[in-house]
Amino acid sequence: MTFGIINPIYTSKVKKIIQENYRVKTIEIDNNIPKALPGQFLMVWIPGVGERPMSIGNNFPLTISVADVGKVSKEICALKVGNKISYRGPLGKEFVIAPKTKRVLVIGGGYGIVPMYFLSKCATEDGVEAVAVVGGRNEKDIIYEKQLFAVCKEVFLTTDDGSRGKKGTVMEEVKWLVESKKFDCVYCCGPERMMEAVAKICSQHRVACQVSVERYMKCGIGVCGSCDINGKFACIDGPVMSGEQALSLADFGKAHRDASGVLHK
Amino acid sequence: MLECEFFSKKIKNPILLASGILGMTKASLETACDNGCGGVIAKSLTLEPRKGHEGPNIIETECGILNAMGYPNPGIEFGLTEFGGWKRKEALVISIVGKDAKEFGLLAKKVEDSKKELGATAIEAVISCPHTPGYGTMAGQGTPESIIEITNAIKDKSKLPLIIKLSPSIPGEGKAAKAAEDAGADGINMGNSLGPGMKIDLARKKPILGFGVGGLTGPAIKPIIVRGVYDIYKSVNIPIIATGGITNGSDAIEMIMAGASWVSVGSAVYYRGPKVFGDIAKEMETWMKENKYKKHAELVGVAHDVRDHKSDIY
Repeated sequence: MTFGIINPIYTSKVKKIIQENYRVKTIEIDNNIPKALPGQFLMVWIPGVGERPMSIGNNFPLTISVADVGKVSKEICALKVGNKISYRGPLGKEFVIAPKTKRVLVIGGGYGIVPMYFLSKCATEDGVEAVAVVGGRNEKDIIYEKQLFAVCKEVFLTTDDGSRGKKGTVMEEVKWLVESKKFDCVYCCGPERMMEAVAKICSQHRVACQVSVERYMKCGIGVCGSCDINGKFACIDGPVMSGEQALSLADFGKAHRDASGVLHK
Repeated sequence: MLECEFFSKKIKNPILLASGILGMTKASLETACDNGCGGVIAKSLTLEPRKGHEGPNIIETECGILNAMGYPNPGIEFGLTEFGGWKRKEALVISIVGKDAKEFGLLAKKVEDSKKELGATAIEAVISCPHTPGYGTMAGQGTPESIIEITNAIKDKSKLPLIIKLSPSIPGEGKAAKAAEDAGADGINMGNSLGPGMKIDLARKKPILGFGVGGLTGPAIKPIIVRGVYDIYKSVNIPIIATGGITNGSDAIEMIMAGASWVSVGSAVYYRGPKVFGDIAKEMETWMKENKYKKHAELVGVAHDVRDHKSDIY
């Protein structure tokens, strides 16, 4: 048993900023310690404003990608190179590549591409072949494209309006890939309905699957209960869960709770 | 060997989930039960839903955790539906927080009205939060006068056993507990976070918690709670829950020796994971076997053999 401080706040400097699209910025942090794993998150703190969980997009250098969608993320997006950035973490369960894995399928929808790139990079470094399917509403939503092409054997792009890649959702590509090719594991991060559909297909075809469950999060360390999903906590039992476990949770793909704990379907 | 009564209910051990920890949903209360606790105290409910304070809501210190959640909860209406239909063998306590006696009365009435469907064993009234404006110690609810008023307002509306949750930050916990007992309370929960306290980040030169200040929990506050339980045990005849810094079986035994009938566990869920409840129970049993006790009830208040103790100057 440890008392002491298990998850301190780290403060580093913003090393590099990349404008990914009309609202997403990638921030490289001038610190590689502690080591982050794909699927984990940081609780990024802006003094006087707030703290939010942010998905980790890379390690060496530690990287987050932030969409300018709220009070805290707006402040994170306003940071300049050389500014201080503070965070707790990495926190939560990561995507696991099992021993003897040869080939994996990674599926990212929208910002879900961020941890999927990080995972593909780690897989490739371990000698595992990664095939990626990424989707967005239109071409502006597809981020991390160059990075994915650099680490993946193949990359399939889809957009709802056909402005980039194939017109439609990722599901059509996922379906034929899972049905016709052999993958040791399928990893997915994106809108929950998409992850639900992916987990179901994998379950039908008896392919191992891991998804990333997102819920409103406060403490990030398994104490406050805000990120509850049917008695599991997204911050410590997740964000990454097996597809089977996620499908066993009644709210998965169906309902989520707001900051006060009220359930919305 | 740890079986005991919790008001009208027989429970498997005296270890409870403290309010505010995990318990935002019925499923999470069941998670605590599956991990070995004898009962659960649900997230405190206010009249209307509350989002709570802006983050960071929690920050670790060297020997405990500072938190300023600000009572996030779905409100009494949604909350009673959420927690309701409790059929498990572990006890469910509904925790309520009001701005004044009138609000406590309204909340108690809602609990009483849904008593049958709810399945709860008791109500806990929290008058001890150190970091939410309008509530607890920030609203001066820890005085004997205020306690009497709040206790009366709740007892007037509900027949369920009532536990008053006192702050370790008020002077004279013994007197406060006596006021609650005289007004008809059925039990005292000695403990809540202590404070408020503050932690400043050196690199950013600013207080870390979103609310600036927060309540301290964990091992750091345990001695304060032991003393509070000890004082209250001398002052009242109603049973006591000890809350604050209980992390292992020895801590639980110490609280029981001071006079607690039950203990509730919060921060230890972080230090040892949700399975902490069952682990504490096993550690209590090990200690009792080694020391030849058959029931923990034999240990309640044994520390009080010492005469001429002057701690009641507080």
